[in-house]
Amino acid sequence: MLLKNLKKTLLILSLGFTAATQAQDVKLLNVSYDPTRELYVEFNKAFAEHWQKTEKQKVTISQSHGGSGKQARAVIDGLEADVVTLALAYDVDALYQEAKLIPEDWLSKLPNNSAPYTSTIVFLVRSGNPKKIKDWDDLVKPGVEVITPNPKTSGGARWNYLAAWAYAKQTQGSDEAAKEFVTKLFKNVPVLDSGARGSTTTFVQRGIGDVFLSWENEAFLALNELGKDKFEIVVPSLSILAEPSVAVVDKNVEKHGTRKVAEAYLKFLYTKTGQDIAGKNYYRPRDAEVAAKYADVFPEINLVTIDEAFGGWSKAQAEHFNDGGVFDQIYKPGAR
Amino acid sequence: MSRPSVIPGFGLSLGYAAFYASLIVFIPLAFLFAKAFTLTWAEFWQTVLDPQAIASYRLSLGAAFIGALINLVFGFIVAWVLVRYQFFGKKIVDALVDLPFALPTAVAGIALTSLYAPQGWVGQWLTPLGIKVAYTPLGVIVALTFIGLPFVVRTVQPVLEELEKEIEEAAASLGANRWHTFRRILLPALLPALLTGFALAFARAVGEYGSVVFISGNMPFRTEITPLLIVSKLEQYNYAGAAALAVVLLMFSFVLLLLINLLQHWSSKRAGA
Repeated sequence: MLLKNLKKTLLILSLGFTAATQAQDVKLLNVSYDPTRELYVEFNKAFAEHWQKTEKQKVTISQSHGGSGKQARAVIDGLEADVVTLALAYDVDALYQEAKLIPEDWLSKLPNNSAPYTSTIVFLVRSGNPKKIKDWDDLVKPGVEVITPNPKTSGGARWNYLAAWAYAKQTQGSDEAAKEFVTKLFKNVPVLDSGARGSTTTFVQRGIGDVFLSWENEAFLALNELGKDKFEIVVPSLSILAEPSVAVVDKNVEKHGTRKVAEAYLKFLYTKTGQDIAGKNYYRPRDAEVAAKYADVFPEINLVTIDEAFGGWSKAQAEHFNDGGVFDQIYKPGAR
Repeated sequence: MSRPSVIPGFGLSLGYAAFYASLIVFIPLAFLFAKAFTLTWAEFWQTVLDPQAIASYRLSLGAAFIGALINLVFGFIVAWVLVRYQFFGKKIVDALVDLPFALPTAVAGIALTSLYAPQGWVGQWLTPLGIKVAYTPLGVIVALTFIGLPFVVRTVQPVLEELEKEIEEAAASLGANRWHTFRRILLPALLPALLTGFALAFARAVGEYGSVVFISGNMPFRTEITPLLIVSKLEQYNYAGAAALAVVLLMFSFVLLLLINLLQHWSSKRAGA
């Protein structure tokens, strides 16, 4: 009954709207982070077609890419994004903390912690795996060089660090042991690039390092682009569930009058079509059915979430990555 | 100032200059300072005197200084060659000098890194000799030298062009040897331009980020430049802390530029006397 009424109302509403909005095109700005470029090119096309078909309205979606933190700051400083699709919840949360552009409970506005697709951290090693790297324990051995960007400047690198920590905590039990493990690991890091793409260059082009800690989707892209004969992906026994979060930027959609299409845009990420595009671009789909289709691409890993292992991003950030946090202590003179 | 200048339009042009300078320089800088001093004094000092920050000033300012010194010497030689000699391809060399201006700094950084990395074209010959460039402070100096070169060449070049060769001939005919001519005749005339070039190259290098982060390796306490620390503060949404570090860099640069201006003033007065 309720559903019927709702349908009726929607029908009347949409009839009323079509006359007014049919001719009016709508524009959306999606502010995202670096490695989602290919994903959203494909997704935007699919959504525009879907919107044209269902709403008879032309939607033009602009994309902006850059480091996740930098992108969040651009939005805080006034870049009028309708939606943000960033690398970590911490950066989206800053839109609330710093500028109240989104409500405090933004994380629960969409299913699955507002993360429609996930990824994880895997190892990229040189062909033949000459250093026999199988799991996290191999990364702290003397003589193994590990490449990761600097967690202080790169959102992706924070996942790397936390994945290592989670592994050590689970295998060795205590926070002290985990700290020691991560300290040892970073002793094996010869270069801390400022961003993920810089690290990829260091590992791939410069030939530095034995193992590169990488987002799974980036590792697949590197493999495809650079040749499967040069590198191999090694999947560790445990890793972290990276949840890139998305949100409608309330203040901006109110201003632009784009709430309806912006919300539909993000919800479309959760549909079979959206999930399939995510899977095709090497992000792990949330939808079980779509995920099954890509089961042979994504190996099963024991994945911990940041909420379980670290009590959420704010806490993890404050403890580990803010000035004076655990990461800084690793590099205190005398600690090395 | 009581008597109006003979050149008309003083009021208008001063007003315009003041407006333009405020718009482009003073207002943004004022905001920077205002942001930095949203911190309490204690917080401010804690931020700027952090051992990691101090290590980064040493590298940023030291490498910028050395880079500018290198450019002072070699930029001068380049300018000299471009002004005094005719050779095939001179126009091309002349245009090449400006490339560091035009090149996006990230591209410069990546190019330099691929040259100087242990497996790079240059790096593979240096590594066996025990010389590491990429991912060391030396790499930072290389990058800062690269981006600073045009400043010295382009400030010295026009002054050198104005210097008449006859003056050197006169000096020679009066019995001065070459070194003497250079020291007593050329250098005093060129010193203001050289100092300006040095100051510009230095100031540009202090704030450089794009090219350095690729070649430096960004290891805390060893190869971490201050602009990288600023970025890492921004990643924590710590705008005030970032501004505090920026203020410190600005003050260092400002003092050095002021000193150079005084030196220049002194040298041009001496040359004029």
